[in-house]
Amino acid sequence: MNSNTKYNILRTVLSISIALLISFGIIFLTSKEPVKAIVQLLTGPLQSQRRFGNVIEAMIPLIFTGTGVSIMFAANEINLAGEGAFHLGGLVATYFALNTALPAGLSPLATILVAGLFGMIVTAIPAILKIKTESDVLVSSLMMNYLILYFSNYVLSNILRDPKAGAVVSFAVPSVTQFSPIISGTRIHVGLFIAIAVAILGYIFMYKTKIGYELRITGENRDFARYSGINVVKITLISQLLGGFIFGIGGGVELLGMYNRFTWTSLLGYGWDAIIITTLAKKNPIYVPFAAFFLAYLRTGASIMSRSTDVVTEIVIITQGIIILLVVAEQFLSKYRHKLVAKEAKAELMEREGE
Amino acid sequence: MIVDAILSPEFLNNTLRATTPILFAALASAIASKSGVVNMALEGIMLFAALFGVIFSAAFQSAWLGLLATMVVGGFIGLFLAFAVLKLKTDEILAAIAINLIANGATILILLFVSGDRGISSSINSLTIPMVSLPVIENIPFIGTVLSNQNILTYISLIMVVVVHIFLYKTPLGLQIRAVGENKDAAESVGISPDRIRYISLIISGVLASMGGFFLSGGYMTRFTTGMSAGRGFIALAASAMGGNTPIGSFLVSLLFGAAQAISNILQLGTLPHELVQMLPYLTTLIGLGIYSYSRMKKRQRLMGR
Repeated sequence: MNSNTKYNILRTVLSISIALLISFGIIFLTSKEPVKAIVQLLTGPLQSQRRFGNVIEAMIPLIFTGTGVSIMFAANEINLAGEGAFHLGGLVATYFALNTALPAGLSPLATILVAGLFGMIVTAIPAILKIKTESDVLVSSLMMNYLILYFSNYVLSNILRDPKAGAVVSFAVPSVTQFSPIISGTRIHVGLFIAIAVAILGYIFMYKTKIGYELRITGENRDFARYSGINVVKITLISQLLGGFIFGIGGGVELLGMYNRFTWTSLLGYGWDAIIITTLAKKNPIYVPFAAFFLAYLRTGASIMSRSTDVVTEIVIITQGIIILLVVAEQFLSKYRHKLVAKEAKAELMEREGE
Repeated sequence: MIVDAILSPEFLNNTLRATTPILFAALASAIASKSGVVNMALEGIMLFAALFGVIFSAAFQSAWLGLLATMVVGGFIGLFLAFAVLKLKTDEILAAIAINLIANGATILILLFVSGDRGISSSINSLTIPMVSLPVIENIPFIGTVLSNQNILTYISLIMVVVVHIFLYKTPLGLQIRAVGENKDAAESVGISPDRIRYISLIISGVLASMGGFFLSGGYMTRFTTGMSAGRGFIALAASAMGGNTPIGSFLVSLLFGAAQAISNILQLGTLPHELVQMLPYLTTLIGLGIYSYSRMKKRQRLMGR
C-alpha cells in the first residue's frame, strides 16, 4: 500500500468519523434520550435478522446507481440524469411486465434489460445534446429528470393505473416477473447478485479493458487523451450510455424486487445517493458495494432510531452532506499530508547524514 | 374555456406570481455564473430561506425584518459555498449537492425543533409580505389586472432584473465579475483578485436566492412545508443558462416557467392531462438550451475562422 492510498483511506475514515460526531452532537442537543438514540443508530441493524435484511435490501439499488454514476463521472461529465434513468427503468419494467407474457425465468431478465435500454436513452440525450450543440450537461440532465417524472406520472395515472386500488398505483406486476425473496424472514431478492455482478463487471470494464483505460485517461486529462489519439467523444458517449443502462436496470430490479406495483410519483433521490457512493468509492466500482453497505446501514440504523426515540431519520441526510463535503475538499488534511511528506524526507536526510 | 382562461389577465397575473421565486434564483444563478462558478446550491439556499423566513418573521413579528435576517442567512450560505470551493478546493457541483442534502435534512430537523411538527409550520405565527394595488395602473384595463395586486416581492423581483443588469454591465464591480468569469488569468494579470470577486458574487447570489426562498413561505404560500423549493433552484439554473446568464434573458425564460406553472394550475381543473402540460417548461428548456448553445457554438467557430 503506497502512502497515497493510505492517506486517502485515512481521509475517508476521518471524514466519516467527523460527520458522525457532528450528528451525535446534534442528537445530544435536540434529543431527550441521546444515548439510546445513538446506540440504536449504530447497533440497531444488527439486532435482528429482519433488520439486517433491511440493510441488504437498501444496499441493492445503491450498488446499481453507485456503479452507474462512477462510470459516467469517470469521463468527468457531470450527468445527473441517472435519477431519471432509474425512475424510467422502474416504469418501463412495470409496463413491459404487464404487457408481455414470457415464461418464468426469461420474463424478469427481459424486463430488466428493456428497463436498462430505456435508462440508456435518458442519459444519452444530455450527452448527445452536448456533442451536437455543446450545451451544458448538468442543466440538461436535471431537466431530463423532471421530464421523466411528469411523463411517468402521466403513464401511471392514464395507462397503468389500477382503478380498483385506492391510491394512484399501477396494476400488480405478474408474480412470474417478480423477484421472490431468497432468504426467508427478509426481503433480500436475487437482485443482490445482479448488483454485485454489475459492480464487478463495472470494475473489469474500467480497469481491465482498453476502453476503460481510455475512459479514465479522458476523465483525467481530456486534451492529453485527445492528443494521444483517443476518440474522446466516442469514449464519453459510451460511458454515459453504459451508466444509464446500469441505472435503468437498477430501477427495474428495485421495482421487481421491492415493489409489486409502480408507485413512484415523485423523484426518489437515487441519483443524489449515487453521488455520495461514488465519492466514497473514489469512482471505482469495486468499492461501490462497500460504500453502498455503509450508507444502507446508516439509513436502516436511522430508521430504527426514529421509530424508538425522538430523533428523526433526516439526521443522516445531514451526515451524508457533511461526508461529501469533507471527502471532496482537497485541502482537508492537506497540511497533514504535507507534514507527512516533510517528515519522511527529514528522516531520509538524517539517515544519510548518519552514514 | 381553457383558451379563454389562458388569455385572461388573471392568468398573466398568476404567471408573474409563479415566476417570482424562480426569477430571484435565476438572477442569483446569473451572477454566480458570470463570475465563473456554477451555483447549484440555489435549491438548498431557497429551502433554508423558506424555513428561516418563517422563523425570523415570527420572532421579530415583522415580515420585513424577517426578510432582512433571511437575506443574511442566504449570504452566509453563499459565503460557505465560496469557502468550500475557493479555499477548500471542493468541486463546486459536489459542494452544492452536499449543501442541498444538508438543507433537506436540516430544515426538517429545525422545523421539528421549533414547531414540534415535521411537515408544516402551522404552529409558527409567521407573517407574510403584503400584496399591494398600484394606484393609477390598477385602473388601466387588462394591464391593471395583470400588474396590480401583486406581492411587493414580485415587484422587487422585477426591479431586481434592472438592478442586476445595471450592476453587471454598468458598474466597475460588475465589469470585474464578468472579467473573472470570462478569463480568470487575464483578470488576475490586471490586478483583480479572482477569489475575492467570486466570494462577493456567491454572497450576492446567496442573498438573491434567499429572497426567492422567503417568497415561497412568506408570500406565495403563508407557511413553510418540507421540500417546498421543489426543484425551483434547478429550474432557475436552467433559466439562467438558457437566458445566456444575462438578467434580461433569465427573466424571459423564468416567465416561461412561471407561465407553464400557471397553465398547469388551470389545466388541473380541466380535462387535459396536467402531467403532460407540466412537462412543457422542461421540454422547452431542453430544446431552447440546445438551440442557444448551438448558435453560440457556430458563432465561436466562425470567430475562430473554422
